[in-house]
Amino acid sequence: MVELRGIGKSFGRPVPRRVLHDVSLHVDRGERIAIVGASGVGKSTLLNVVAGLETVDEGHVIIDGHDLATLDDERKATLRRERLGFVFQAFHILPYLTVAQNVALPLALLGRRNAEADTRVHAMLASVGLADRAHGAPSELSGGELQRVAIARALVHRPALVLADEPTGNLDPDTARTVVATMHDAIGESGASLVLVTHSHTAAASADRVYRLTPSGLVLDRG
Amino acid sequence: MSVAAQYALSRAISGRARDVLKGRTLLAVMAIAFGVALGYAVHVINQSAVRELASGVALLSGAADLEVRGPREGFDEHLYPVLARDRDVQDASPVVEVDAKLAGARATLQVIGVDVFRARSITPALVGRGDDALDTLRPDAIFLTRAAARGLGVEPGQSLHLQAGLQVATLRVAGYVGDDGDRQYAVMDIAAVQDRFARDGRVTRVDLRLAPGVDRAAVARRLQASLPAGVHVAPPATTADAVTRFSRAYRVNLDVLALVALFTGAMLVYATQTLAVARRRTQFALLRTLGLSSRRLVAGVLGEAIVLGIVGAIVGLVAGYALALLALQRFGPDLGAGYFEPGAVRPSVDAWSILAFALLGVLAAVVGSLLPALDASHAAPAAALKAADADVVVPARSRPLAWIGLGAGAAMAFLPAVNELPIFGYLAIALILLGGILALPTLARALLHALPVPRHVPAALALSHLRATPGRFASMLAAVVASVALMSAMAIMVDSFRDSLDAWLRVMLPADIYVRTAGDTAFLSVADQQAISALPGVAHAEFMRATTISLDPARPPVVLLARDIDAHDASARLALVGASMVPRVDAPPPAWISEAVADAAHLRPGDTLTLPIAGRDVAFTVAGIWRDYARQQGSIVIERKRYAASSGDATVNEAALWLAQDARAGAVRNALLAYAGTGRLQVTTPGELRRLSLATFDRTFAVTYALEAAAVVIGLAGLSAALVAQTLARRREFGMLRHVGMPRRAIGRMLAIEGALLAATGVIVGFVLGFAISLILIHVVNRQSFHWGMDLHVPWPSLAALGAVLIVLAAATARLASNHATGQDAVRAVRDDW
Ligand SMILES: Nc1ncnc2c1ncn2[C@@H]1O[C@H](COP(=O)(O)OP(=O)(O)OP(=O)(O)O)[C@@H](O)[C@H]1O
Ligand SMILES: [Mg+2]
Repeated sequence: MVELRGIGKSFGRPVPRRVLHDVSLHVDRGERIAIVGASGVGKSTLLNVVAGLETVDEGHVIIDGHDLATLDDERKATLRRERLGFVFQAFHILPYLTVAQNVALPLALLGRRNAEADTRVHAMLASVGLADRAHGAPSELSGGELQRVAIARALVHRPALVLADEPTGNLDPDTARTVVATMHDAIGESGASLVLVTHSHTAAASADRVYRLTPSGLVLDRG
Repeated sequence: MSVAAQYALSRAISGRARDVLKGRTLLAVMAIAFGVALGYAVHVINQSAVRELASGVALLSGAADLEVRGPREGFDEHLYPVLARDRDVQDASPVVEVDAKLAGARATLQVIGVDVFRARSITPALVGRGDDALDTLRPDAIFLTRAAARGLGVEPGQSLHLQAGLQVATLRVAGYVGDDGDRQYAVMDIAAVQDRFARDGRVTRVDLRLAPGVDRAAVARRLQASLPAGVHVAPPATTADAVTRFSRAYRVNLDVLALVALFTGAMLVYATQTLAVARRRTQFALLRTLGLSSRRLVAGVLGEAIVLGIVGAIVGLVAGYALALLALQRFGPDLGAGYFEPGAVRPSVDAWSILAFALLGVLAAVVGSLLPALDASHAAPAAALKAADADVVVPARSRPLAWIGLGAGAAMAFLPAVNELPIFGYLAIALILLGGILALPTLARALLHALPVPRHVPAALALSHLRATPGRFASMLAAVVASVALMSAMAIMVDSFRDSLDAWLRVMLPADIYVRTAGDTAFLSVADQQAISALPGVAHAEFMRATTISLDPARPPVVLLARDIDAHDASARLALVGASMVPRVDAPPPAWISEAVADAAHLRPGDTLTLPIAGRDVAFTVAGIWRDYARQQGSIVIERKRYAASSGDATVNEAALWLAQDARAGAVRNALLAYAGTGRLQVTTPGELRRLSLATFDRTFAVTYALEAAAVVIGLAGLSAALVAQTLARRREFGMLRHVGMPRRAIGRMLAIEGALLAATGVIVGFVLGFAISLILIHVVNRQSFHWGMDLHVPWPSLAALGAVLIVLAAATARLASNHATGQDAVRAVRDDW
């Protein structure tokens, strides 16, 4: 599903600062991986690299058998649209769309705007426990509810891989627990793989494997 | 609070100092500066024009306490000894004024005939100075002001050729008169003027100096009772007022136009501040949470506006003065409209108007900031902290205010003029504009909800975004709506006017050739008229005598046109409006009055009208009202035979010729010139007259258009700046959209659609308001200012082009801004907290 081979990435000019060094990772279909690490070590950068939003200086990123280096911007956008789902720390729910419209966004981008799509959106909202809020405005939701909307949005189009960057970073521990449980349930149902970046032990605990990102590479923390 | 804390606080309210003077803020300053510059320039130009006119009248009337004035043709000189012997009159000085035509040229020269012994004490500026004192009495001697001598290219000792009838009078320049100023006129002995320019036994004016201590108003009332019809006595200041009143409406119109620019500036400040406040909502909420009072917050935002206003006003005043200087030098004090003779007029500057316009600039900035400042202070801090991207809050009060503004504006359009100025008309326009802008969020919401949500994702997102933020959307559009409304109103008015003028010219110029003598010393005698009618190729000739009569000393004189006209078919010669009639045989003879006369005297067809002709009151029946775009002061057409019978004057100064079937215009023109001598007559065809009139019209309105176009450019610049700022502020959103696989091009398309939808809403609302305003301009402002009626004519192609250009430009700006916002950087935008 996801194959990272010897990734290296540096930022900054004139003096480049190395952020990722010799990072290799293999994620199989349906596997759930958690990545932990010190702040500023490059976890978010790694997710961006997987999403094809950041290019690498060394190594290869292979998703679904495609080497990202061989794809142009348009093809990478298509890949994200069809195969990936995202959950962000800051939710990123569009305030001017309703809850249901936010969830439907990936389907709309794929050109699916029919009754079947509507059913799917409502099923997703039901699975994150927000069926009754479908036509409400995002401004009426709490942080935890917003993140559940984001999870529904990340899964609505049945992606093969979900990338989540500190999805509980803005939430209190109780809410965080519910959100993590919701996310695992929903992902388990869909059979997608997950790469989760987190500081939270609870969140990491439910992963199949936990890696620690260090300046010299990715180290298996718990297998 | 310590200085450091105060500084930190003001920086927190205003953002970084560098930000205050960049981008949109700079644009707002420029808009204020532009408004102040235009307003001040127009004011300086107008002041200079009025001062020039008034000083001219003051110079020529000297120390007179009262003036006795008659029609252009003058009045019986026997009135002079009667006035001179009056018990309250100390000195009296008779004057004959003629506009003498220069032989061989189109121009005229104002020639003033005075009795030098009488003039010396009352009007010293009218006494010639030469080597030989007796020249002031010699019939062949003429004295010129230095400016006139320069203009004519003559010096003392040389001769000057003036036209009398179709003959040439040769005069000797005997010396100078008046001061070194810019006024051009000439002085001769009164008897010489009467003799040489066919004014035997007539004077046009008698200047009076009263005995000390007498009541001027009482004397004027007593003298008036004994004066013949059409002759009035009044203080010279009344004459000056009448002269300046002529162009007053035009000047007020220009002033209002300049204020419009300032209004657009205020709208732009409003847009800038609204968006700035929206952007800093979280920041303000934080400050409020930390304990800043809402009063201090409002004061902070308004303080920023005052700084904006002051900077704008200073730049504007300097630019305005430069603009006035340039305009006076290039076009004269009427900007080419033809009210004033060209000449070097110095700009008039006074501290009060500088202060007034500086205050106007600051006021515009403060008014523009008031609503956003209140908005910022009313926002509940907790909600604002949470929803940083929420829409601009539209104060609930603004909706009823909008309808009140629109309603009151519509009602005011039906109120009459105040002191002959369309004050309520202008107020109606201002209220409709304000109401329309306050109603924008409601209108925008209605318009956007009328659109179906498209399947195309970028378009659907664009529409959803706009629908959800009508307040922000409306504040971005305020300046565009205001300027588009005014521009389209002006375009509709000008087009209606031009179209009506064109139609009018076709009706008014039915003949093949028109012949005119310029000034009032050249004329065609009865023998000339017969000779011209008999020229080969001329099938039919009609003649006209044009002169002026005074119906009211406080108003400019009215033009009297005595012409060959068939009372049963007046519409063949005149652009009649509304009903007309033919007077019964036993009723007074017909007179056709222009709209200006009808408005001023409240006359309708069938009413009786008394006109002073040759010192006697003659009754006429109003037979019809006609449109006269040529003579704004008002004009009256009567039959020439009646005029000749009443005045004994059968000379004319215009002729209309119809050619025989096979005759050529060129040949007839040559025959006319051969008969009269080259340069003594102006011979034109209707085509030439039409071209000339329309060219003058276009030149006059070019200034207007330039002003309006500038306002639209400012409005559009404001919209573009707002679009760019808003796009940059939405980087995070675009970052998310790119994560979920929306291509960069699709985001660009989405923003372009938003820009186009925004501009289209602005254009539609602007056009609707503009149409309403154009009706007020046509039926209220123009009618009450200039007494010009016109038929509505909408320039659809130009308006459509204007709208299309604005929409395309807005879409393109948004598109460009999106390239900025979705660059690699933008993808990292979500990283804000990722
Ligand atoms: N576009 C960029 N230009 C320069 N430096 C960058 C850029 N993006 C990230 N960095 C740097 O790379 C390093 C890794 O950043 P990254 O955001 O991946 O860290 P992180 O592990 O996600 O940290 P955190 O846990 O605080 O979110 C940081 O030092 C950051 O400053
Ligand atoms: Mg991170």
